Amino acid sequence: MENTTASPAMPAEETGAAPDFRVKMKTRNVNVHYAEKHALRDVSLDIGEREVTALIGPSGCGKSTFLRCLNRMNDTIDICRVTGVLELDGQDIYDAGVDVVQLRASIGMVFQKPNPFPKSIFDNVAYGPRVHGLFSNKSDLEEVVVQSLRKAGLFDEVKDRLGDPGTSLSGGQQQRLCIARAIAVGPEVILMDEPCSSLDPIATARIEELIDELRQNFTIVIVTHSMQQAARVSQKTAFFHLGDLIEQGETPQIFTNPRHEKTQGYITGRFG
Amino acid sequence: MTEMARSVLISGQKERVRRGLDRRLRSERRFRLYGVVAILLAILMLLFLAGTIVSKGYPAFYRTWIEVDVLLDEEMIAPDGKTDPETLREDGDFRGALIESLVAAYRPEGRQQENQLIAMFSTDAERTLQNFTIANPDRIGSTISIRVKAASDIDQLTKGAISRNAPESGRKVTDLQLRWYDRMEKEGRIGTRFNAGFFATGDSREPEQAGIWGAIVGSFLTMLVTLILAFPVGLAAAVYLEEFAPKNRLTDLIEVNINNLAAVPSIVFGLLGLAVFLNFFELPRSAPLVGGMVLALMTLPTIIISGRASLLAVPPSVREAALGLGASRMQVVSHHVLPLAMPGILTGTIIGMARALGETAPLLMIGMVAFIVDIPGGPTDASTVMPVQIYLWADSPERGFVEKTSGAVIVLLVFLVVMNASAVYLRKKFERRW
Ligand SMILES: Nc1ncnc2c1ncn2[C@@H]1O[C@H](COP(=O)(O)OP(=O)(O)O)[C@@H](O)[C@H]1O
Ligand SMILES: [Mg+2]
Repeated sequence: MENTTASPAMPAEETGAAPDFRVKMKTRNVNVHYAEKHALRDVSLDIGEREVTALIGPSGCGKSTFLRCLNRMNDTIDICRVTGVLELDGQDIYDAGVDVVQLRASIGMVFQKPNPFPKSIFDNVAYGPRVHGLFSNKSDLEEVVVQSLRKAGLFDEVKDRLGDPGTSLSGGQQQRLCIARAIAVGPEVILMDEPCSSLDPIATARIEELIDELRQNFTIVIVTHSMQQAARVSQKTAFFHLGDLIEQGETPQIFTNPRHEKTQGYITGRFG
Repeated sequence: MTEMARSVLISGQKERVRRGLDRRLRSERRFRLYGVVAILLAILMLLFLAGTIVSKGYPAFYRTWIEVDVLLDEEMIAPDGKTDPETLREDGDFRGALIESLVAAYRPEGRQQENQLIAMFSTDAERTLQNFTIANPDRIGSTISIRVKAASDIDQLTKGAISRNAPESGRKVTDLQLRWYDRMEKEGRIGTRFNAGFFATGDSREPEQAGIWGAIVGSFLTMLVTLILAFPVGLAAAVYLEEFAPKNRLTDLIEVNINNLAAVPSIVFGLLGLAVFLNFFELPRSAPLVGGMVLALMTLPTIIISGRASLLAVPPSVREAALGLGASRMQVVSHHVLPLAMPGILTGTIIGMARALGETAPLLMIGMVAFIVDIPGGPTDASTVMPVQIYLWADSPERGFVEKTSGAVIVLLVFLVVMNASAVYLRKKFERRW
């Protein structure tokens, strides 16, 4: 029932938000420890469906850690311990009955550094569908690959060389290839960890445009160190500082009228 | 004033930098010189090593023959008149026929001289004669001209390893034998040819008949057993330790122990093999099976360590990418990590195998040092291996074994070079960029 109404932990303004606002992922009192280090403290954040939520904050504040909790990528780190409630569509994703493989099929991830497999462009995109057995014959698979490349805005640039290695593309193209690869599995949520930090401004602009288009079909959580980027692409923004979620809200409000002085300090560049 | 002071300062600084630069350049040049000298020295050593081995060993690859005219006397070879291969092999006195013809041609006086004459020929000569006769039974009764193997000492004489000038008592060839030799040479009855037998026969007490083939087959079988045991186990251990095992005290302990095992002297593995495989499990002695098992134990740590290093070298971003798409850990490993790490793993394996191929000490402990003439037919037959064969020959007093030893070293080195080259080739072929 908390899917349709904003949670009590949300700020008052949020409860009265747009009527079609629906919570896709809900987190409550999330704490993360790396061995002795307390990396995230009591983070409670709602992620709205089909909108872009930006996570900002100085480096080391736990943005990536939080993002990686959302698809349980932290499971692969032995010393990492996650507690608290994390739900996808009201379903606890840390529940013992949840299969991480299936979870990650519905929550895709794009990393900071473009990391295509050392395989052909086609095989890169086809990998997810192959692993999950999402197609019944070869032409189905080709269709999925082409559609994913189209959605990632890459198809026209690579349609004549799908057999070339994915690593032969430019940095921006590689990152869009990684997005296409994530889309091909048919996820509902896409997590992006500073997807533009290694790209030039033109490639960055293309990715930002793409994120805006993808918002039609996907829920997106993006970590960024660029406040301009957060302002341009996101609808909601959450500001982290030293493992605490300091402030969250509508992006315009955070940037024009932050309530917390730390947020104010960060977005005006006084620290970061 | 201040302007001037500053310019003086700057020029002084420049001067200092310039002087410092000279010094830096000089030391760089000196360092490069050291490097070049070191490399030249290494190349020189290598050439010296290769030079000695090849110059000592190449005579092993050819041998001396002597052409003799032999009357295939029916009385001796086929006394019953039967000339089928079976009877010829069983009853034919080819040695007698050979001696009869030799005596007729060279006329030794008395038993002692006769023995000297016969000693110039390899004991293999009568077999050559026998084989010829079996192949051409119609020639029985006529005199044939046939090339037979010379005895090892005559072979050494041809190759210049025995000096004519030494006093008779100090050399293996007598004056009388020398006279016969000179006569044969004048008649054009002595020559050399490629020693195919060296690559086709097993060990022998007679240097001119000893070959490396038995040891090559033994080495091959041993390596096969080693590879079959060590590669899958080593690979699985490396993958498990690197990709799946939790990082805790136990795995740390295991890691330390594997590193220690890699440094254990090989003879200790031999003792282990002796105690466990031979004495406890009562597996056959001198067998490639046991040798392979011992060498597998010795090679395992190398494979595990190099395997882990190659797995570690695969960038984590590849694992994350696959995990993020929902691949299971097993799929991440088998689809992405292993293919990328394979060149390194294979290189480590081949280098470990090359080390095992050259290993002697542990094999001595399990009895692979026995004198074995037969070519092994399977991994449980008694056999020897190349380095042990070298060890055995190097230990033999006969002159003829000196060249055999170096010849076998050449063969072993060729195998090692081929293995290392294939490691480089595999690495180049399967290496992929990421
Ligand atoms: N694998 C890890 N092991 C130990 N500590 C980690 C690990 N990953 C992150 N941390 C620590 O957690 C804190 C938050 O890191 P991170 O989430 O990467 O920050 P951000 O992405 O905001 O820069 C940092 O202090 C970092 O040192
Ligand atoms: Mg980060």
